[in-house]
Amino acid sequence: MSATTSDPRRSGPPLSGRAAPRRRIHLSWSDPLLRNIVWQVLIVGVVAGAVWYLAGNTARNLAARHIATGFGFLSHNAGIPIGEHLIDYDPSTSTYGRAILIGVLNTLKVSVAGIVLATILGTLIGVGRLSRNWLVARISGVYVEALRDLPVLLQLLFWYGLLQTLPAPKQSWHLGEAVFLSNRGIKVPLLDWQPAHGWALAAFVLGVFGTLAWRRAAARRQANTGIRPPVWPVALGLLGGVPLLVWAAFGAPFTLDVPVLRGFNFQGGGTISPEYGALLIGLVTYTAAYIAEIVRSGIQAVPAGQSEAAAALGLRPGEALRLVVLPQAMRVIIPPMTSQYLNLTKNSSLAVAVGYQDVVSIGNTTLNQTGQAIEGIALIMAVYLAISLSISLFMNWYNARIALVER
Amino acid sequence: MRQSAVIRERPPAGSVGPVAWLRTHLFGSWWSTAVTLLLGYLLLRWGLGFVDWAVVNAIWSVPAGENGQPDATICRTAEPAGACWAVIGDKARFILFGRFPYESQWRPALCVAIFLALFGISASRRCWRRELLLIWTVALSAIGVLMWGGVLGLEFVPEDMWGGLPITLILATFGLAFAFPLSVLVALGRRATDLPAVKILCVLYVELIRGVPLVSLLFMASVMFPLFMPVGMNPDKLLRAQVAFILFAGAYLAEVVRGGLQALPKGQYEAADALGLSYWQKTGLIILPQALRLVIPPLVNTFIGFFKDTSLVLIIGILDLLTAGKVAMADPVWQGVGTEIYLFLGAIYFAFCFAMSKYSRRLERSFGRARNR
Repeated sequence: MSATTSDPRRSGPPLSGRAAPRRRIHLSWSDPLLRNIVWQVLIVGVVAGAVWYLAGNTARNLAARHIATGFGFLSHNAGIPIGEHLIDYDPSTSTYGRAILIGVLNTLKVSVAGIVLATILGTLIGVGRLSRNWLVARISGVYVEALRDLPVLLQLLFWYGLLQTLPAPKQSWHLGEAVFLSNRGIKVPLLDWQPAHGWALAAFVLGVFGTLAWRRAAARRQANTGIRPPVWPVALGLLGGVPLLVWAAFGAPFTLDVPVLRGFNFQGGGTISPEYGALLIGLVTYTAAYIAEIVRSGIQAVPAGQSEAAAALGLRPGEALRLVVLPQAMRVIIPPMTSQYLNLTKNSSLAVAVGYQDVVSIGNTTLNQTGQAIEGIALIMAVYLAISLSISLFMNWYNARIALVER
Repeated sequence: MRQSAVIRERPPAGSVGPVAWLRTHLFGSWWSTAVTLLLGYLLLRWGLGFVDWAVVNAIWSVPAGENGQPDATICRTAEPAGACWAVIGDKARFILFGRFPYESQWRPALCVAIFLALFGISASRRCWRRELLLIWTVALSAIGVLMWGGVLGLEFVPEDMWGGLPITLILATFGLAFAFPLSVLVALGRRATDLPAVKILCVLYVELIRGVPLVSLLFMASVMFPLFMPVGMNPDKLLRAQVAFILFAGAYLAEVVRGGLQALPKGQYEAADALGLSYWQKTGLIILPQALRLVIPPLVNTFIGFFKDTSLVLIIGILDLLTAGKVAMADPVWQGVGTEIYLFLGAIYFAFCFAMSKYSRRLERSFGRARNR
């Protein structure tokens, strides 16, 4: 019953404004109110006592080792060599704060890429397990079983070992003269970035919003008149045509920075390091096995009657999947998927085992160099809590958006 | 109405039999046929390649070189390349039992056997009763005696000499044995709406632990625990990791147990209250026996997760199964034979996890049968 309908049994002024009648606490063990208070005071007291004892020990230990507490070390010169950094970093001048920031960015780099790729691979395998083709279903099943029953750390180390046995740069495997695969990682050509590309990208982003707005307008038009204006020509124009025109208006610059073998290593181009590659492959293949199971059970949770009813209404199979089955499967899929995304992000901390410098690895080096154990661990935990909370908040928002609205 | 008897006819030959099965399951459409042919080709090619590598061209033993070390050069030079299984023969004892004194290695081997028997007994539903608690206490104490020694004429072996499979099993099993009671208390605390302070404490504990990776907890155990202890006291590395594991497992198990508490119909709580049972009577006699039974399959799944996660102690340098394998790989005698050791380790982990996941699925099905009667 909604809050606005009035209850016929209740007459007179509403009770909601008045506080509940207060009951006096009896000084007897049989009074649950008193018992609850005593229990809470006892338990909180024990926990507070334990924390106080540990804090006292810590303070004495720190004093004995002459370690000053505080986050002042963050502005000191770091001197940690870092192989991969998304922002400028120089070991001789940059601070610990900047080093840890680079660690956070590296963690995000592997987590975001991992989440996207694991979702794609996991969905493919999950759908594959339901395939009518026996071989596809069997292979997907074996994949899920095998990968879920091996520790992720073992898998990471295995991939890292495998990437290290690749040939040296001189004998690298290559695709044309542009992409090289060697024990130094994967070398790919990079686009030489110019302002024109930035403007084209901006036009593309605007195009995405424009397309979404046009789609909504089309849906409203369809609801009002029954005629749906075409969407895809507009989308093609806004997403493809306009950015291309902008790019052409700036003179269509296009140069590639192609990696070239010089001596024992490559020069130029972009690199996917073996550490990053091994971590990404390991996390993606491992998490995809779990996501596959979630997708499979989500699709199986939608009763067959739903797709039959959709077919009876005259929807084509693709439309039935997109408009009827998937929206319902998503409700089952999203909550466990959230925890898989969180797991992938937390598992990215295993980077420290393959030598990829994520926030845990850099934080650990920092606390070993400075001796600031408590601050270092607290920073690492705070970073992960922040990432976990952001993922859960986003997924909860998305879940609430697609949740069943009961009328 | 039909007067004559219906003639039983066999279904048309096109819809039964192996040929029809092949047609529907492998060659249902053009697309399906193409996928089948491609996958079949790849499977055959890689499968045969693997058999060539692992069996046909494999090297099962290597001659002893000078200074008594095995001489593994043929593993590196053999053409065509094959698996070098000789490394397993040479390193298996080290990978399984670590640096435990060589002539006393029957003790960790016996511990592994006790662990397996313990899991076997706990898995059979006939044994789910109070005596199981006693069996666990006896078995875990026996394992402690066997590993440490120092009594009954057994030589004392300190923890830093332990290693390999027993460490993995100890971390997982002791972790579960201590984390489980903790998790039940935390789950009950989290549902105690009339004790808000306790509830907040439990929520904080669970969410904080679940929000951070296990690696950071292990780092905390290795660098921060010594600071927490009174000056001069320095607990062993294995004990510190074990405590971190218990705290970690407690938070995850608490959420599983809470799921069971929530799944129990409200009528059960109300009926217990109506009978005039106290909180602990209600919990111990009515709620927990039913709620825990509901969550046994997810509990087994969580346990599989812990079993795999024990490998993370590699990062703080405890010699568990995976770390022992890594150390064995670093031996200069056996250079370049990593894959064989990874396969060996993987087979051990897989055997444990696969058995547990099969068990969990069977249990789920039999529970489902009982419920959907």
